[in-house]
Amino acid sequence: MSIVVNGLAVAPPGDPRVSLLDHLRETLHLTGTKKGCNQGACGACTVLVDGERILSCLALAVQCDGREVTTIEGLAEGDALHPLQAAFMEHDGFQCGYCTPGQICSAIGMAAEAKRGVPSHVSADLGGAVTLTREEVQERMSGNLCRCGAHNGIIDAILETAMMEEGA
Amino acid sequence: MTPFSYDRAGDVAEAVRMGAAPGAAYLGGGTNLVDLLRETVARPERLVDVSALSDAISETDDGGLLIGAGVRNTALAAHPVVRERYPVLSRAILAGASAQIRNMATVGGNLMQRTRCTYFYDTDGSRCNKRAPGSGCDARGGFTRIHAVLGASEACVATHPSDMCVALAALDAVVHVERAGATRTVAFGDFHRLPGERPDLDTVLEPGELITAVELPALPVAARSTYRKVRDRASYAFALISVAAALEMDGERVGDIRVAFGGVAHKPWRATQVEDALRGAALTDEAIGAAAAREFADVQLLRDNAFKPALATRTLIAVLNALKTGETA
Repeated sequence: MSIVVNGLAVAPPGDPRVSLLDHLRETLHLTGTKKGCNQGACGACTVLVDGERILSCLALAVQCDGREVTTIEGLAEGDALHPLQAAFMEHDGFQCGYCTPGQICSAIGMAAEAKRGVPSHVSADLGGAVTLTREEVQERMSGNLCRCGAHNGIIDAILETAMMEEGA
Repeated sequence: MTPFSYDRAGDVAEAVRMGAAPGAAYLGGGTNLVDLLRETVARPERLVDVSALSDAISETDDGGLLIGAGVRNTALAAHPVVRERYPVLSRAILAGASAQIRNMATVGGNLMQRTRCTYFYDTDGSRCNKRAPGSGCDARGGFTRIHAVLGASEACVATHPSDMCVALAALDAVVHVERAGATRTVAFGDFHRLPGERPDLDTVLEPGELITAVELPALPVAARSTYRKVRDRASYAFALISVAAALEMDGERVGDIRVAFGGVAHKPWRATQVEDALRGAALTDEAIGAAAAREFADVQLLRDNAFKPALATRTLIAVLNALKTGETA
């Protein structure tokens, strides 16, 4: 078995104590994924596992054996940025940039959740289709903190990208 | 983290065989356990990964729902039957943690999560009877804004942190448990313990026992139910107070009712006195207030949590009025 990271099969760590976050950063040298709080409170370490957003600091790397992990390094196609990456630049969705990889991975996972109708804490109707309003995006992205306070730009970038995809 | 071995169980039988070993602990999504390992609050010698087991949700013959212990929180909150027949459960899950954590966290793990009492986590500087039995409790006399007002003991004033479990307490859920050679069921209200002299024991599970499923009975009153959580920020924070409630009116009077409080005790607090007082009564703010006063009659306040009974009462009034008028959000 192996972990597939951005399309490449890698060996899981020998020591089961290694978190997915540390495995990505220290063993695979994929340092785009950031260590913020290392206790599940900030979202900076968010990556996609089998397409779902999770916190890599609270996952043991061995738990991801046989799964596909996508990090910020796996999003661009060559020099062509992922639409969200471009939108974050366009809307100043960051200042220092430390939370950005987690924000972008989280936003990709969030869009997939909304598309398949997962409700949120602020959804008035539990049964209906999801419309990504500003309030919905704020709630759904609440697991990603930005200490620089770039949240308005982050949400603008996410909303614009969601609208582009809807129109596409 | 202290060293441990890791095995992924292929099925429940293999899991309980592995889990019978001394020093073994079951691993679900890891959202709480990995943190506890890192802080060395938890020091298992062997982790048995059960997160890929029992991940189905199926309808039972008598109109209820059987939820596998490995079902992720997101999947449960989004399940069409849960949204329609048990909206309080969807609402409670969606009020908890963040989307990333809900994607990881399992149903079984949610039941097993441990208090967020800061003294419990402070291995370097604080005494805690839950972490180190007999060592004392530094929460008493410390910062107690999040601590219990009902059912606490001299040994422990911690609260249970789960939102989902408050809904399950209101819904008369049943926990399915298995160990090598034996299965049993535990009524949800009996699953979590009050601290008493043994705050190190959060639940009635015996060593090696594994939660395999949570069963919801058919419960017509739950079709009109909701969850409201009061916390220090609008999202991604633990509850100061929460209310899970289901209400069925019979004209102007209460037909059937279920109420549970979160944030008040060592376990999700099923408010049977509120239910008994309101069943058959006219649903006025005064009646709800009087019912809540009965529930909080034996309240024990600490330095920083005296606001909780009043906050719980006001939240209950708001929730029941919303359910009565049909605004369930």
